[in-house]
Amino acid sequence: MADLQAGTKIPEVRVTPDKYLTVRYAGASGDFNPIHTDEDFAKAVGLPGRILHGLWTMAQVARAQTEAAGGPGHLKRLSVQFRGMGVPEQEVLVTGTVRELADGRAVVDTVAEQAGKQIIRNAEADLEL
Amino acid sequence: MPVNKTAIGKTYEPVLYAVGREKIREYARAVGETNPLHLDVEAARAAGYTDVVAPPMFAVVYSAPAVGPPIFDPEIELNFAMMVHGGQEFLWGPLVVAEDEVTTVASVKDISEADGRGYYVFESISTNQRGEQVCRGTWTNIVRGV
Repeated sequence: MADLQAGTKIPEVRVTPDKYLTVRYAGASGDFNPIHTDEDFAKAVGLPGRILHGLWTMAQVARAQTEAAGGPGHLKRLSVQFRGMGVPEQEVLVTGTVRELADGRAVVDTVAEQAGKQIIRNAEADLEL
Repeated sequence: MPVNKTAIGKTYEPVLYAVGREKIREYARAVGETNPLHLDVEAARAAGYTDVVAPPMFAVVYSAPAVGPPIFDPEIELNFAMMVHGGQEFLWGPLVVAEDEVTTVASVKDISEADGRGYYVFESISTNQRGEQVCRGTWTNIVRGV
């Protein structure tokens, strides 16, 4: 696990969702909204093309926390705001900073971005260390 | 048209989800998890769990079937075509492992309106077979053009 202190950054997570990631995530999660899997449908409802599932991106934010803290049991709370749209085949970068650390609990402020544009902002995680 | 707030406080029928080992592994792979606790039964058992451990965000899988009914409840009149997922919070209790049976109850926490947008906030409470609360979810959906 990472050495977490107030003010330090957690190890970043970088992941590039491949062309068919949204299909696999749809099956794994049960969210079959075609805006994530069907290019024609997405464009017909006014989107630039297929977009990532927000909850997949949130899972990357969660993974940054559990990897920093040393396992899934350390993540006790995660709150996020979705902004804009994530797209396949472009790197997602998750970065976070420990805001406070007291009594074995850390609060981590985190964002997820693609090409410098935030797709998850104001993410706040509570870790039990 | 103002949003219909009459459903605030409404609670829906419990939905039972039986957690399967291969579902956890499928989900873990889809989100890029590499921790063997999620993928390898022997590693999970060596760490003291009875089977593979669900990643925290697997809460989406076991609680979403309970959150669908309020979204499509005609009493709420939520315009699904104009809906975007605005925010999400999960609060976790004990870890979920394969073979757990998780029961989720969804409710309407709040419905409000601001600047031509409707804000629909649903809550899900998920409990395992031992009666422990494994997750509380707060799902904020925003509907444009109300």
